[in-house]
Order: sequence, then C-alpha cells, then structure tokens
Amino acid sequence: MKTLAELQEIRNRALNQVNLRKEREDGIRIVVGMATCGIAAGARPVLNAFVKEIEKRNLQGVTVTQTGCIGMCRLEPIVEVYVPGQDKVTYVHMTEDKAARVVAEHIINNKPVAEFTIGEEVK
Amino acid sequence: MNIYRAHVLICGGTGCTSSGSVVLQEEFKNQLKANNLENEIKIVQTGCFGLCALGPVVVVYPEGAFYSRVKVEDVKEIVEEHLLKGRIVKRLLYSETVEEDNIKSLNETAFYAKQHRVALRNCGVINPENIDEYIAVDGYQALAKVLTEMTREEVIQTIKDSGLRGRGGGGFPTGLKWDFTYKAQGDQKYVCCNADEGDPGAFMDRSVLEGDPHAVIEAMAIAGYAVGADQGYIYIRAEYPIAVERLKIAIKQAREYGLLGKDIFGTGFNFDLDLRLGAGAFVCGEETALLTSIEGKRGEPRPRPPFPAVKGLWGKPTLLNNVETYANIAQIILKGADWFASMGTEKSKGTKVFALGGKIHNTGLVEIPMGTTLREIVEDIGGGVPNGKKFKAAQTGGPSGGCIPASLIDTPIDYDSLIAIGSMMGSGGLIVMDEDNCMVDIAKFFLEFTVDESCGKCAPCRIGTKRLLEILTKITNGKGTMEDIDKMEELCYAIKSSALCGLGQTAPNPVLSTLHYFRDEYIAHVKDKKCPAHVCKALAQYKINPDKCKGCSLCSRQCPAGAISGQIKSPFVIDQEKCIKCGACQAACKFGAIDKD
Repeated sequence: MKTLAELQEIRNRALNQVNLRKEREDGIRIVVGMATCGIAAGARPVLNAFVKEIEKRNLQGVTVTQTGCIGMCRLEPIVEVYVPGQDKVTYVHMTEDKAARVVAEHIINNKPVAEFTIGEEVK
Repeated sequence: MNIYRAHVLICGGTGCTSSGSVVLQEEFKNQLKANNLENEIKIVQTGCFGLCALGPVVVVYPEGAFYSRVKVEDVKEIVEEHLLKGRIVKRLLYSETVEEDNIKSLNETAFYAKQHRVALRNCGVINPENIDEYIAVDGYQALAKVLTEMTREEVIQTIKDSGLRGRGGGGFPTGLKWDFTYKAQGDQKYVCCNADEGDPGAFMDRSVLEGDPHAVIEAMAIAGYAVGADQGYIYIRAEYPIAVERLKIAIKQAREYGLLGKDIFGTGFNFDLDLRLGAGAFVCGEETALLTSIEGKRGEPRPRPPFPAVKGLWGKPTLLNNVETYANIAQIILKGADWFASMGTEKSKGTKVFALGGKIHNTGLVEIPMGTTLREIVEDIGGGVPNGKKFKAAQTGGPSGGCIPASLIDTPIDYDSLIAIGSMMGSGGLIVMDEDNCMVDIAKFFLEFTVDESCGKCAPCRIGTKRLLEILTKITNGKGTMEDIDKMEELCYAIKSSALCGLGQTAPNPVLSTLHYFRDEYIAHVKDKKCPAHVCKALAQYKINPDKCKGCSLCSRQCPAGAISGQIKSPFVIDQEKCIKCGACQAACKFGAIDKD
C-alpha cells in the first residue's frame, strides 16, 4: 500500500460489510412481514428488492428485517418503515417496483408514498 | 460486492470451537442453502465473545439476537423461524437478554454492562480472517497516522502519557520500555511479541489473537517505527493452533496489501513480521528465555541487566511486549493519550482483560476498567458462585500470584493494590474458589506446576521448589509438623531472594499468600489431621452412620479394598486401616448413611 487514499478506499468499501453489526438506535428500519401469509403473497422478492435498492444507492444506517404475521393477511406483502422520530408507515400489497419507489421517495427524500399505504387501501 | 440483509456471527474462538461451533457453521451453510437464503444472509466466523460458559455462541444481526449453547439440531429452527420468517427463537436466547416479553440488548446484561472493551473491541464483531473487516473498523488508520503525521518521539511520548503498563503481568510502563529501546545504540533493532501465554487458567492473549490478529500486527509495526526496528517476531505457543493459523492468514493479507513489507504508505518505512512457535515450556514466557528461544537455542533465562532493550535478540536492542499491551496501542494513537488515561486508577490506566474460571457462573473473558473491585467482577459480571456455595478466595497471577480472601473482596483490581495484598495482576487469570476448595491443596497444585516447569538452570528454583512441594505433600498427607510450616516459610523467602528469573522468584507466592490468609487451614492439617474443605484424601474418613444403615451390604460389595464388613440387616462398619478413601461406598449407598469427615 503506497498511499493513504488506498487505505481509505478499502475502508469505505468494507464498511458496508460490518455496518450491520453496530448497535444503533438512529437508523431507519424497514420491516417486511414474512409469516407464511407474507411469503405466499410474495414477500421474499419484495425483501430482496429493498436490500438491492439500498445496496445500489449505498445507503448507510438502513436495515431490512423481517417480522411475523401482522394480522391482515389479505393485505400482504406488508412492509413497515420506521424512521426515528416519526410515525410508523405501513405499506400494503407491495411489489418489487413499489419497493424501489418507497426507497427513492420515503427513505431518501423522506416523503412517504401515500398511495401505497394502508390508509389508501382500506378507504 | 454483495450486501447481505442479515449476518450470522458464529464464535470461532477455542472455547466455542471445542463445544462444536465448526459443525454449526457447516449446518448453517446447508440450511441457508436449503432455504435459498445464501445470497441474503452471510455467515461470519468471529473471535471470542467472552461468554465461553455458554458456547457455542451465535449472534444474528441486525437484531443482535444472542443465541447461546446452540446445538446442531437447533440450526434448522433458527434459519426457518428467525432468518426466513423473522421470529426470534426465544428459547435459545441467552436468558439474561430476555426480560418478560422484551429482548434486551446484549450490552445491558450484567455480564457486559460493566465491561469496557478496548483490547477486545473487535473480538466477536469482525471476521479475523478478513483484513477488510479490520480496516472497516478503523484498522491500520493508527499506523497511517503515525507514519505520515507523527515523529518517533511523539509516538513514544503519546504512549508514555497514556500511562499504559505491561499487560503480561509485571506492569512496567510501556512508554519507558519503548524509549529505552529507541535510545539504545545499534545498527539493527527488533520488535517482539510475547504470546507464550502459559499460566493455568489464562486465555486472554489467545482470544485477542484469535479474534483480532491485525490489532497486534498493526501495533508491532507502530512500535517498529517508534524504536527503529524493521523486523518483528511473534513468539506464540504451538498449543494455540487456531491463533497460529489466524496470525499466518493475517500476516499474509497484510503483506498483500503492503501494510507489512517495504516502503509502507510510501514513507520509506520497512517492517516485516515472522512467527516463532514455542514448544510448550512455561519458562519461555520469561523475556530473556523467550528471546533465547527465538534465537533457536534452549529456552533458558539469563541474568538481567543487560535488559533486552539494550541487548536482546542476537545481542541487538529488542522491544518485547505482551499481546494485550499491543492490542491497546492503535486505540491510544487514534483516540489520544488523554482518552486512555481517563480510564482506570491513578497509577493503573486503561482496562484489563481477565479470564474468569473456577467456581463461577459466567466462565469466560471479561475486560474491565482498572480499579473495578473484585466483588463487581465475581458477583456482578461473573454472576457469582454457583450452587449456592460461599465465595472463599480468588487466585490471580497464576503460579506467580496469590490468593485474595473473601475478606478483601472489595479490593480494587489494579497493579499496586494487588501487590499490596500479596498477590499480583499477572497476565490476567482469575480463578474463583468456594468453600469446597482446600487452600493447602491449591498451593500444592501450583507448586506441582512450577516444579514441572522449572528449567533447572539455577539451584534455588530447581531444588527449592521441589523441597517446598515435598513439605506440602507431607502436610496434605497428614504427616506434617508445626516446624514444617516454619521451615516452609523460610524456604519461600530464600527462593524469592536468590532465584535467577521471574519464574523462580515468584514461585513461592501461592504458598506465602495462602499461609498468610489461611494459616488456620495449614494448622488444621498439621495439628487436627483434618482437611476443613474435605479435599485432601489422606485426611478424609468415611464412616457409616449406624442409625441410617439398613445393612444391605451394597457398600461392602462395591469396596475395592474389602474394608467394609458386617451382618446383613444390621449396621456395617468401615475398617479405617484398610480404607483407601476412594468414596465408592458413599456413591453406592442408597440411604445416605455414609459420611465423609
């Protein structure tokens, strides 16, 4: 290694590998319902789409986790987004394409995608 | 590079490896594959988490779920429930982290809450076989800072200001040692690392090397720059195969990245490292013996001065530090001397890693700020003495240290307080003893160890420790006299003042400290011919309680010495002359009629 820049480059590249393991309270959490109902309705591709979008955009401090059945199986795949200091937003009938929009509009620009939320659906 | 949504950290330290973590890793791989999760979830082998008693340990992030005592059969459930469906498998969680329906963070549990991890900061967090992960947690930044921004004098001054003292046991100020080596005249200098951890019950250095080998490599390169050395050696015992393997991998990766070798960071600084394996002699942990052994000669100590800083390896100025000492260096450079000096007590700065063992709930590895009391370590972090027994004493410093009795449990743990009460910090083994431990027997155990490990070069150690052991054996056999106790004490002081190296000079400590705090136990062995803890076999007496004995003859049929006789349906009797005190009768009796006295 001949320069500090090289070390910095490896560090930035490798940070993504270990960031997940930090105990944090300030990060955004995306929770995908992954009970039998969710999986049957196609939650797996949705979950992977979120992970892929976050990776593509190199977002820090965003974690994707799963949860069990929320109780509204007819609305699966359900995704909940927790932004610290704000109310939880629940998205329903999610797809891979919708996931990409949620990341772009909600996670990055902090504007929840109203048309996908549970409030719109049950109107 | 693929981003994973979850990481499964599996402890690959020696403790968890021996309780089966390698098989777990295989099973996780298979189960992830079976559920098509291998591209979403990453398996990471890490170093020691510290809670060895609960191994094998598996931690799943981002939730930070801490699974303990995981069996191969449990893996399927963790994968299908937790990793696929997001339902944490509560029954496998470390019980301390589950509170009613909430799952607490690991850092809030009693075991971790009082700890402060500096030397162990990356153990159980990163994959020790992947240099990128070390770099991600600020690895090699300290080396970069030192080489590009600091003079050699500034580096040494920083270490001096931090107040760091040698973690191998002696407690010599590290900055001074660096300064002596820096100032010594010589065309060639060396930097060495003492990883010959030999105290019974101590495994701190092993865990650092297994969990974070690059921390030691980086620190040695920093030391090389500071004292003017371009070659280093790590002397590690061959009994640590996992640590040796990870060091080899780490050195190879550091060379590939040019973090070892020529012209590091384009500054013209050269530094390289090699391993030397110890063949298992305890005395090779003594600095002059260690250096002699690296030279390829028989590992025997020599008188000091000259100290290694002046005349060390092949007669050249040599800096020798312990693994844990090195593990602190990079953090001191990055966070500053003041940060380090803000932890600990006035004369003992920073933290110390202890290997908790013996009669304690949480056997494992803990790192605490200096000045933490023994009570906090044993009762809060260690979870106390199991089975409702009473705490009797703690042994620190291994065969060179002494016992701290229950009356001194509020002693703050630092170099000077421990020496003041006749023990020593040592490398960090901490063995807890309860009322079932006989202190004379403990002293005998350590003496057996030193007699075995004495290199034989000087008479006080070779002959003196042997005679000490003979007297101790005589006492535990119930044949000791009061004169023996006095003679033993005199012999202890003679050995202390005349032995050649640290091994001999400290060998009598276990005897002296137990004599000091538990003299009544020695006297009970000599005068009453009794072992108060019922440990010493020769002094035990098995007796049949005639009120409880049903005369079933089961004991007499079990007795290998034919010492029990009697009439069926009337109480049996043990012939004390023939009894060999094996305890087989007590184990066989169905009515609890046989007492050990």
